[in-house]
Amino acid sequence: MSLIFEMFPIALGIATPFIICALGGLYSERSGIVNIALEGIMLVGAFAGSVFTVLLSSTFGDMTPWLALLAGSLAGALYALIHAYASINLRANQIISGTALNMLSTGLTLYLCQLLFQAQRSPTFEKSFTKVTVPLLSDIPVIGELFFTNTYPTFYLAILLVVITYFVIFKTRFGIHLRSCGEFPQASASMGINVTKIRYIGVLLSGVLGGVAGCITVLTSNIQFTVTTINGAGFIALACLIFGKWNPLGCLAAGIFFGFSKILATYSGSIPFLSGLPTEFFQAIPYVLTILALIIFSKKSVGPKAAGEIYDSGKR
Amino acid sequence: MKNKETLTVSLIAVLGGIGFGMLLLLISGQDVGALFSSFLKGISGIDLSSDVVAVDLRYFGEFLVECMPIILTGLSVGFAYRSGLFNIGAEGQLIIGSMASVAVAILFPMPGILHVIMCILAGGIAGALWGAIPGLLKSKFNVHEVVICIMMNYTGLQVANYCIKQLPGSTQTKTVAIPETASLSSDFLKGITNNSRLNWGILLVIIAVLIYWFIMHKTTFGYSLRATGFNQDAAKYAGMKVQRNIVYSMMIAGAFAGLAGAILSLGTFNLGRVLTTFENYGFDGIAVALVGACNVVGVVLSGLLFGLLKVAQNSMQSFGIPKETGQIISACIVLFVAMKYGIVYLKEKYKKKINKSERRGEEA
Repeated sequence: MSLIFEMFPIALGIATPFIICALGGLYSERSGIVNIALEGIMLVGAFAGSVFTVLLSSTFGDMTPWLALLAGSLAGALYALIHAYASINLRANQIISGTALNMLSTGLTLYLCQLLFQAQRSPTFEKSFTKVTVPLLSDIPVIGELFFTNTYPTFYLAILLVVITYFVIFKTRFGIHLRSCGEFPQASASMGINVTKIRYIGVLLSGVLGGVAGCITVLTSNIQFTVTTINGAGFIALACLIFGKWNPLGCLAAGIFFGFSKILATYSGSIPFLSGLPTEFFQAIPYVLTILALIIFSKKSVGPKAAGEIYDSGKR
Repeated sequence: MKNKETLTVSLIAVLGGIGFGMLLLLISGQDVGALFSSFLKGISGIDLSSDVVAVDLRYFGEFLVECMPIILTGLSVGFAYRSGLFNIGAEGQLIIGSMASVAVAILFPMPGILHVIMCILAGGIAGALWGAIPGLLKSKFNVHEVVICIMMNYTGLQVANYCIKQLPGSTQTKTVAIPETASLSSDFLKGITNNSRLNWGILLVIIAVLIYWFIMHKTTFGYSLRATGFNQDAAKYAGMKVQRNIVYSMMIAGAFAGLAGAILSLGTFNLGRVLTTFENYGFDGIAVALVGACNVVGVVLSGLLFGLLKVAQNSMQSFGIPKETGQIISACIVLFVAMKYGIVYLKEKYKKKINKSERRGEEA
């Protein structure tokens, strides 16, 4: 049991960027634009946050990591803007555009790293997120120890974002417009909804959240920026989105679950009934489960219907 | 789109990519000329900054070594694309193919040339099977192949790493060197290219290119694949087995990628490696296929281009510009190709504008 108490906060820490990035993907895909550039967006966000932290730690002190999130979100949004322009205005194939942005992100961040720091990595951070133990709440038996002890405050940010996203998507006028654009954009347009505008907002939000997620990854689990900082987290976020059935609450659950499977890779040796399994097995869990989930979902229609299609206002 | 139009788009994309690279260097105060010096050095070893200008064939050999796997992954992505599928899973198929060929090389000693042939076949078949999975899921359950392929890439990486670590004598990072009978290395090719890593894999690439051309253009099967790519419903109406074609197409695409993996481990490295992250051969294949418009000649040419961009990265460092410039140019080329409808659209608009102003001129 003590092992679970030890693992849980670490798993939540790993899960946080998955959840936030998956929410980003949710806004984009619900608006009808497939965004496999999440990986690249996260990397760019992580880079911007790292540069901010390295250069301005002395100015802002303890506030630095939080302000770095702003820098990360801005960079992510700018980067996502390329995807939005290519796939909405220029009618690019969204998969190809996303692939190109993923390719570009590693080159671009390393190039800038070389210029700024004359190295393939950033200097080590002076400030980063520190774990907190919430007073009072941590005294609750079991739950207190699982969720409120030695946890990164960013996890609570993720929970907050899940709640906000749920409210926005399902309870507001904007949410219904967003979802309609992802299901049947021609019908939305006929009702006077500006499909282009809604989709831009969707993709930009995915950039903001992807950038924040990347920034959190680098400021919680690394001591400096390297090009392997993200290492597939964006694709796990994509897996979360699918496994969570394009629903914010589903993304939360899937994110925590995948966070656990990642952490089990390191801890399996000390758990009796898992010790025989290779670490690769736990590393592969999120991906294999997502494939299985897609097969199971295939009978029912889950997920935005028009996602990935080029919008043609004349099509019926 | 017409052939001429695709060619224009590819050329614009390539020029745009290189232009962006130059612009980036210019803005960040780097030496733009060094970019072209490193291209020249990467392909021929000619160093313009030194006093002795001499061709070093080792550089040319290494350039071909860099081109071989990405031409094959380009064929892989291109083959699937022609039949209307997006094979983003070449990366995983390559890794699995590479693993399978090493496994056969180490576990099943065989006499002489038979060994290397079996190893190559193992790589191709393993890649084909890995590629068949997204194909089967697409045809049976109508699941989008892109997401499955992405997940299969990561699964493949883990599966291959596990298997490679299990082979006798493997360390945590690599296997033992493969026996000589299984190697594609050639003293002859090494000799004529001044000790580069060039190997018989180059023959396999040429054979693969011919096979691609033959299947696509000389068989009924290839014809029905292309028809499926143009219009699935029409192909189905004409009695073509669309569902079956999807699976076969992904299998053949997987085989090309698997072959690339086999060449990497049997020829370039002569051992199996545990990878911590992707090496992007599969993603480069997407770039190669798209710029080459999935056409045989196009894929070979763009394979050479992207090989040059890769190999020039080593020289960039020595000329004092960040080597990532090569990567950025490649990525921008793909981005511009993705915008091809946009490029065509802007071109049409520009034409209309000219026509209009001409007409206005006539009226006046």
